[in-house]
Amino acid sequence: MTTSTTTAATTTATWSGQSVNRTEDDRLLRAQGEFGDDTPISRLAHLFFVRSPYAHARIVSIDVSGAETVDGFLGALTPDEVDELTDKFGELQVAPADAEVDRCLASGGKVRFVGEPVVAVAAVSREAARDAAAAVVVEYDELVPLTSADQAVAADAPVIHEGIGHNVLHHGAWDFGDVDFAFQHAQNLIEVDELVCHRFSATPLECSVVTVDYDAGTDVFDIIGGCAMPQFTMLMMAGALRHPSSRIRIQSRDFGGSFGVKIGMYVPATAVALMARKLRRAVRWTETRSEHHQMGGHSNERTFRNVRLAVEDDGTVLGLSYECLDDIGAYSRYEPLGSVIWAQVANACYQLKHLRVDFTSVYTNKGPTHPVRGYSRLQHMWLVERMMDLAAHHLGFDPVTFRLHNYIQPDQYPYTTVNGCVYDSGDLPASLRQALELIDYDDARRLQAAAVGTGKRIGIGIGSTLDSGTNNFGQARLMNPYLPFGGNTEGGLVRMGVDGTVFATTGGVAFGQGHETTTAQVVADALGLRPEDIHVHRGGDSALSAQTGFSGSYASQFAVTGIGAILNATAKLSAEIRLVAGTVLGASPDEIVLEGGFAKVDGDPERMLPFGDVAGIVHFAPGSLPAEVADEVGLVGRAVYRAPFELPDVEHKTGNLTLTYATQIHACVLEIDEETGLVEVLRYAAVDDCGVPINPMIVQGQVFGATAHGLSAALFEHFGYNADGQLLAANFYDYHAATALDMPTIAYGNVVSPSPFTPTGAKGMGEGGGAPLHAVSAAVQDAIGRTGAILNSHASPEAVLDALAGAGADKVRVL
Amino acid sequence: MTDTQHDAPDVHAITVDVDGTTERGVVSSRTLLVHWLRDELDRRGPKIGCDTGNCGACTIQWDGLLVKSCMVLAVQADGTAVTTAAALAHPDGPLNDLQSSFREHHALQCGYCTSGMLMTATDLLESGEEITDHSVRRALKGNICRCTGYQGIVNAVRATAGHDIPLPHGKTPDTHGAGLDGGRS
Ligand code: FES
Ligand code: FES
Repeated sequence: MTTSTTTAATTTATWSGQSVNRTEDDRLLRAQGEFGDDTPISRLAHLFFVRSPYAHARIVSIDVSGAETVDGFLGALTPDEVDELTDKFGELQVAPADAEVDRCLASGGKVRFVGEPVVAVAAVSREAARDAAAAVVVEYDELVPLTSADQAVAADAPVIHEGIGHNVLHHGAWDFGDVDFAFQHAQNLIEVDELVCHRFSATPLECSVVTVDYDAGTDVFDIIGGCAMPQFTMLMMAGALRHPSSRIRIQSRDFGGSFGVKIGMYVPATAVALMARKLRRAVRWTETRSEHHQMGGHSNERTFRNVRLAVEDDGTVLGLSYECLDDIGAYSRYEPLGSVIWAQVANACYQLKHLRVDFTSVYTNKGPTHPVRGYSRLQHMWLVERMMDLAAHHLGFDPVTFRLHNYIQPDQYPYTTVNGCVYDSGDLPASLRQALELIDYDDARRLQAAAVGTGKRIGIGIGSTLDSGTNNFGQARLMNPYLPFGGNTEGGLVRMGVDGTVFATTGGVAFGQGHETTTAQVVADALGLRPEDIHVHRGGDSALSAQTGFSGSYASQFAVTGIGAILNATAKLSAEIRLVAGTVLGASPDEIVLEGGFAKVDGDPERMLPFGDVAGIVHFAPGSLPAEVADEVGLVGRAVYRAPFELPDVEHKTGNLTLTYATQIHACVLEIDEETGLVEVLRYAAVDDCGVPINPMIVQGQVFGATAHGLSAALFEHFGYNADGQLLAANFYDYHAATALDMPTIAYGNVVSPSPFTPTGAKGMGEGGGAPLHAVSAAVQDAIGRTGAILNSHASPEAVLDALAGAGADKVRVL
Repeated sequence: MTDTQHDAPDVHAITVDVDGTTERGVVSSRTLLVHWLRDELDRRGPKIGCDTGNCGACTIQWDGLLVKSCMVLAVQADGTAVTTAAALAHPDGPLNDLQSSFREHHALQCGYCTSGMLMTATDLLESGEEITDHSVRRALKGNICRCTGYQGIVNAVRATAGHDIPLPHGKTPDTHGAGLDGGRS
């Protein structure tokens, strides 16, 4: 059977597109979810890491004898043992940076950031494990810590990874169009010495939890834990453990948030796996909040230098150039991809013709960076937005008019960017107009004028951003041409049980995005059922054979690849149901429609089979079917969705790097207290355009969540380090994640520009976390005017006071 | 300090009314109430999201008081009554009004903060305090949610108190799918 006939036989969308209640909610509201630390396991051992108190130090000696005297102690794992038992994790970067020795415990006789795990101990209880860890004595010889990217690239800087020989992970020169020509001929040039996108993270409320059981009889590691990218994790662990990946099973159930960061779980998980094998019993590691802040993954901290924007007198922006130093912390892990992933949104939201970027990623003695909501793209877009805003202010344009003039216009889609990415669809002007309406722009300007001289200042800012969804993994070759990646797929599996019940499994895992619900919606439509009739497996399980190599929840792709794969899988199942029903009812499969749990002959309601009978015949009475049907039908549809990508042009660094571009336009009105520098958001609007939504309520929820992350990052959150390399925000006292009291009520709006490139017209979304950073920076700038310049993405009260006092102004020039 | 340094084992027998059931246990002095509830009694309502009393994921009701169970020792609970989120609705019955409202207003995503949010909101609703957008936000300020941006939560609490709150985007009151009871009854 081919799947091409299914469209005719599929009922029209009844559920897809509706804001149906979430299936997940019932168990979660009743406290019957199963998060990482909820899974009951008998004879569970607990693992605790002894971590480095120094940012950079040589390990002189390790003495675990104290731990051995603690009641309940079960075993310890040291760096030497790890060196012996494992290979280093697969590195994605090219030589010489691929010589980095990255293991699950400090390696090469050194520690490289505060909080790096040095020794792992296991005991019968959480308390005993802590006691045992406290009794381990590690002697260090301190080395000079590198706490900034500038220190790391200084000529005489100490080397963090001796095997590499310097602190540069990757350098990329990107040159599109003719930037020199643009700068020579443009009537205006805005030049900024330095802009900084600060370090923060998504800090999911559930920290990482990994439980590993090792079955000596089958030589299988059974891993339970919130894993955002299971097959990648398995591959990394298999290589490190020298263990066949077929004998590593990764499962997750409920998952208390990731927003990207838990992609790094393979590092601690490897230590837990080693311990489980050593002790021959199940071992769990439950990360503490402080541990998560130290090594759970930080966002990209970037310093942009010599930033130049060429603008014509009529406000047309021609080109942009900048140099970037990306501080990736002590280990590259998944991170090196951030050095190329920003290029998915090279143009941001604008008709930029020329772009030159000199990008250098460097190691420092800080916590490792991981993908964080808006990964790598938000930093680039923050810079572009900031430059647009500064240009408007300094050249005397209204920032709204300036953006509208330079936005990609609705009739220009599909729009090809300077580097060959294809923006699928959108209507930025309509989105912006809606956002301005929602904050009552004219009234806000009136408020602003009225506030003059009151000690308060009002600013209005716009943040325009893109959620690039479904990345082309071939992009990794722009960093390392030898990597075997290309394109992207996701898998899905839909099957019918022996009684006609329909089960669906997605390749990805949800950490709050409602995959169970949206999957049920589309399967229900395709099979003529109701969402509650579909049993969607929660979480992920690598043994269920739904996953592909790229499976996972990242890069805003579920609505496209996850749902695409489920649709393809359902089409296969549907074809089998119709084949069986057609055979039994004496009709051709094309004449069979699926409706209300029955396979019916179209137009002849007397001739129908309930799904239970279809299943019963296939499972229990195959003898009643002709061999060619019985042999063909397994009532299992397993399929992939392959995003239509080609490999990028490695030489020119061009190609289509992402399939969809959801847009987010945010607008905010905020008030600054001139005396304290405190910022209060008075009005906030978020308008999203993610194409055709599958469940608009869930889309709205994602927009609210992303907005909160962004606002919180812009106003409060900062992973600062002192000169010794100590993290200054190791818990929620010092790292203030916005509370309900800090958040404004968000006015929500939406525009629907269907994607021409995806199965349902949906685009991935949910990462619009950058927009609030852009909007807040712009609004603070607007409040301050040209007195000072907002050149850092963190609008702390201190930074606002400095800007009010004129800071930054000397770093901006109009040439 | 290790247990080996004590002459007598550091254990205490406790009896606590948990969600209406008398539970007996043997705990050490330093066992946190949240760990006892979770590890020994498999109560999945209280969760751990921080180590410092900031996040509220572990919130329970303790002898009528709203507390963070990571800030209480299990021995302190001896002879008292504890209510966790699991007791808000009968396991075989429908969701209660607040839970239903959370569902209707999309007040949860990953669900990790949810039990704590429900406990805090229940306390507020029972307090007799006037329910406004601000009073709800103030009451919830000790509960961190990293998914929802709080908007759905605030709306859900206000709707439970009888405020006329519009449903989330795209929803009509006559929504398809399981009804307000969560589809279990
Ligand atoms: S775990 Fe108790 S407040 Fe965070
Ligand atoms: S729903 Fe995820 S933390 Fe609140």
